[in-house]
Amino acid sequence: MHTKTLTELKAGLANRDFSSRELTEHFLARIQQYDGDLNSFVTVTDTQALAQADAADAAIAAGKAGLLTGLPIAHKDIFCTEGVRTSCGSKMLDNFIAPYTATVVEKMAAEGAVMLGKTNMDEFAMGSSNETSYYGPVKNPWDLERVPGGSSGGAAACLGARLAPGATGTDTGGSIRQPAALNNITGLKPTYGRVSRWGMIAFASSLDQAGPMAQSAEDCALMLQAMAGHDHRDSTSLNEKVGDYLGALKDDISGLTIGIPEEFFPDTLDGAIADNSRDAIRELEKLGAKVVSVSLPSIKLSVPAYYVIAPAEASANLSRFDGVRFGHRCDDPQDLEDLYKRSRSEGFGDEVKRRILVGAYALSAGYYDAYYRRAQQVRRLIRDDFARAFEKVDVLMGPTAPETAFKLGAKKDDPVSMYMADVFTIGVNLAGLPALSMPTGFINGLPTGTQIIGNYFREGQILNVAHKYQQATDWHKQAPAFGGAQ
Amino acid sequence: MAIDSKVVAQVAHLARLKVDPQDSDALSNRLNDILAMVDQLQQADVDGVAPLAHPLDVTQPLRDDVVTEPNIRDKALEIAPAAEDGCFLVPRVIE
Amino acid sequence: MSWEVVIGLEVHVQLNTASKLFSGSKLSTGAEPNTQASLVDLGLPGTLPVVNREAVRKAALFGLAINADICRHSVFERKNYFYPDLPKGYQTTQLAEPIVGAGVVEIQLESGEKKNVRIHHAHLEEDAGKSLHEDFHGMTGIDLNRAGTPLIEVVSEPDMANAEEAVTFARKLHAIVTSIGICDGDMSQGNMRFDVNISVRKPGEPLGTRTETKNLNSFRFMEKAIALEVERQIDVLEDGGEIVQETRLYNGDTHTARSMRSKEDANDYRYFPCPDLLPVAITDADIEELKAAMPELPDSRKARFINDYQLSEYDADLLSGSIATAAFFEAAAKAGGDAKLAANWVMGELAAKLNAEEKDIAGSPVSAEQLGQLIARLKDGTISSKIAKQVFEACWAGEGNPDDIIEAKGLKQMSDTGELEKIVDDIIANNAAQVDDYRNSDDAKKKKKIGFFVGQAMKATQGKANPQQLNKLLQEKLQ
Repeated sequence: MHTKTLTELKAGLANRDFSSRELTEHFLARIQQYDGDLNSFVTVTDTQALAQADAADAAIAAGKAGLLTGLPIAHKDIFCTEGVRTSCGSKMLDNFIAPYTATVVEKMAAEGAVMLGKTNMDEFAMGSSNETSYYGPVKNPWDLERVPGGSSGGAAACLGARLAPGATGTDTGGSIRQPAALNNITGLKPTYGRVSRWGMIAFASSLDQAGPMAQSAEDCALMLQAMAGHDHRDSTSLNEKVGDYLGALKDDISGLTIGIPEEFFPDTLDGAIADNSRDAIRELEKLGAKVVSVSLPSIKLSVPAYYVIAPAEASANLSRFDGVRFGHRCDDPQDLEDLYKRSRSEGFGDEVKRRILVGAYALSAGYYDAYYRRAQQVRRLIRDDFARAFEKVDVLMGPTAPETAFKLGAKKDDPVSMYMADVFTIGVNLAGLPALSMPTGFINGLPTGTQIIGNYFREGQILNVAHKYQQATDWHKQAPAFGGAQ
Repeated sequence: MAIDSKVVAQVAHLARLKVDPQDSDALSNRLNDILAMVDQLQQADVDGVAPLAHPLDVTQPLRDDVVTEPNIRDKALEIAPAAEDGCFLVPRVIE
Repeated sequence: MSWEVVIGLEVHVQLNTASKLFSGSKLSTGAEPNTQASLVDLGLPGTLPVVNREAVRKAALFGLAINADICRHSVFERKNYFYPDLPKGYQTTQLAEPIVGAGVVEIQLESGEKKNVRIHHAHLEEDAGKSLHEDFHGMTGIDLNRAGTPLIEVVSEPDMANAEEAVTFARKLHAIVTSIGICDGDMSQGNMRFDVNISVRKPGEPLGTRTETKNLNSFRFMEKAIALEVERQIDVLEDGGEIVQETRLYNGDTHTARSMRSKEDANDYRYFPCPDLLPVAITDADIEELKAAMPELPDSRKARFINDYQLSEYDADLLSGSIATAAFFEAAAKAGGDAKLAANWVMGELAAKLNAEEKDIAGSPVSAEQLGQLIARLKDGTISSKIAKQVFEACWAGEGNPDDIIEAKGLKQMSDTGELEKIVDDIIANNAAQVDDYRNSDDAKKKKKIGFFVGQAMKATQGKANPQQLNKLLQEKLQ
């Protein structure tokens, strides 16, 4: 059962080939058996999952199945879940049980999804390797000595190892797409504002966006259908009609114009990575797409702009973790100062502290204009570059990540080289565009992915392009040897 | 714009983070690596470019002025590290 | 050479919305701690703010009331600092693009002189919670019921030169915000709080270093705190010292102030636009709608009082200053049929009594209708002004409506000439010596000496004699 896609499992449930309980028990057993090596889950919610599965079976029997009824889903541990710990990968929230549930989780539950548990992640979503988690690094199922990417590394790894058929992730600078590429799965970051951020612990509010991760674009379409929509509790969620993502998969892509930004294929890029993405684009040409070259001149400044804006927002977003109302509190605080400083220093890991410091510095008196304001100006230049490109093309394509999964610990002492893992994904967050990463082959036995960037609210179109590619190829069907995933 | 241990200490105080003296130099070095990368921003020609705070040009939706939130004190205090008589407890605040 | 005082005010005005600025929590009025603090107010991870339409509307209404520009795209920012009653570690406020731009407020001083106080801007922001120091055995308790309450902070230019001007300006702001119905104006509940920036200089010199005295919540304390601080600064400078820029806390009970040392370490608030909120748009149509709905402002009310009731400018100013007083006056004038009498009573007897018992006009034991009835009886000659005071006291004490009190106590004026004539005749007959003395006096002395007979008559009638009638009768009979 675990090799099947969500779409196939949904059909199986409808056909009564198996029950949701059987399905859920199967995945829970796999997690039990294999996650010790992978470390992709922080919390497994067996009891609740089985209760939800039984309710799903009853709903199916009553002919009242929703979009996701009976399908097991793993939620990134950044989404608040009432009654179940939400750690955000941090010691700070090791004891935190939210008194409410995130909109994304609620919407998926309302469509009948079964929650398997909460997946491991870089602490507060700050990282590209999943090594900053308080709960230890997640391993890549394609090579247990390598990282799964991050920050949604637990989600990507459990999908790659087929410990879950669908998972939620969040993407602030590439945190869905980069791990998707490194684990041979499909992941979509929707348009900023398409999916509610209510209940999703904020890293950088103007960049964060939740999205689906699964084996195929078709599965992502199914999940997004349940996740998307306006939420009156999130001022930045947009009151825009939700598209028919599943319907859009059927669209013909002949005549589609694909733009290739030259900046996504710099001379310094690993030739194998470049060739891999070019092959994928050629495959789409065969299906009738046209290819043109475009330029995004300001995109080269996306990493520096991001590493001002994201830490600045994070420095304020993480001030609420002060040991007063929830989360970690130091023992025997001597005074208020001591309470704050020790609680925060004990509760946060090194990377989180670094980013808070960079953010506070960039906003401090005398530096605001040189850093924060300038970064926001560059952000506009980047957005305008994309807007100009989309006047000529339907989608943009290029490699998702500049390299395949690297060895655990390889970049631990070099934050800046770690930051470059997101060099192709970050611009999309700054502009707020939707983008998807899909598996497009292997380099030395390690998966690699190609990114499809769409115009605002054109999730349907990029899912359509990826789906057509996946109908013509079978890269996305490849599974690692680990855990009998094949 | 390089920063030294003294600046790190000031910023750490603003952010209420503790920096152990023996880690201070290493931390300064790391932060300087990041700032050196970030300093590429200074190359950009941004004359006359308005800062962009949000990717989409939209305005704030407004909420009707109605009371919708229930009393959740019991739930809130249950997850609080220290609470008494319905209040969160902190070391004495001197004004 | 004398010193010149320069004063600017920052006024926090609590908006009287039903729910908070960024959440659907009820605004707290004496509720149990933390029972009106929602997920958002507690700053729980993953929660997000949504702006209250009514708070925006009320802030814009204030802007229009002071003839200010309304910002079409105002922006919320985060002001970052750690404090236990600030749950998110930042206050959501406005800085670069506040909702209300520059405006002006005209004040009239006791001398009759008018002066303009310029408003630099006014912005929307959320209030913090409260730190409770009692009953926590050396710890501090945090109550977040107030966290997220909508405020507008009104920032004046340093246009005031003394305590009178500052207090007059503060009262005028109070009159405006209560008149347009955006604030309840209850100072004892902290509905309005004043921070006063004070500096002194020699005339012609640049501005001196200023201090800020925070959180004054009554006009009286404000006046005293300003006097105290001005005196302190002048003393320091005249002794050759320097003024330190600092925040000071005034204690009204002891009439002393001290520096707030804990807030001294120069804070760097690292303001930046709040990424959870979008710019708040206000359209021309919104502004037209607000202008059409603008309630009567204190200045136009004052003009109307002068015009419609023929009140003096001074009386009109006093009576139009607070919406509660104005409404009380108008109701009493209407019920009593005499505006001048109503004005005198509201500013005189009623004000004195309210003041003595530290009561608000809203909580006056004598209603406007009752006062009106009293005035009507005074006007139609049923009672004398002396008896009126007695009736007022009884009414204040809860003994019923003036008509009932007059009836029950038999306080009607004796206006029957026959009855009064008999009493006067008796007095003249029984006081022959005084009558002779009177008749032998010159006119000037007569005027004084008639008082004896009036007193006797009042005694005999228990004060009910109509004074004019009595005087006339006595003068006739004593000739």
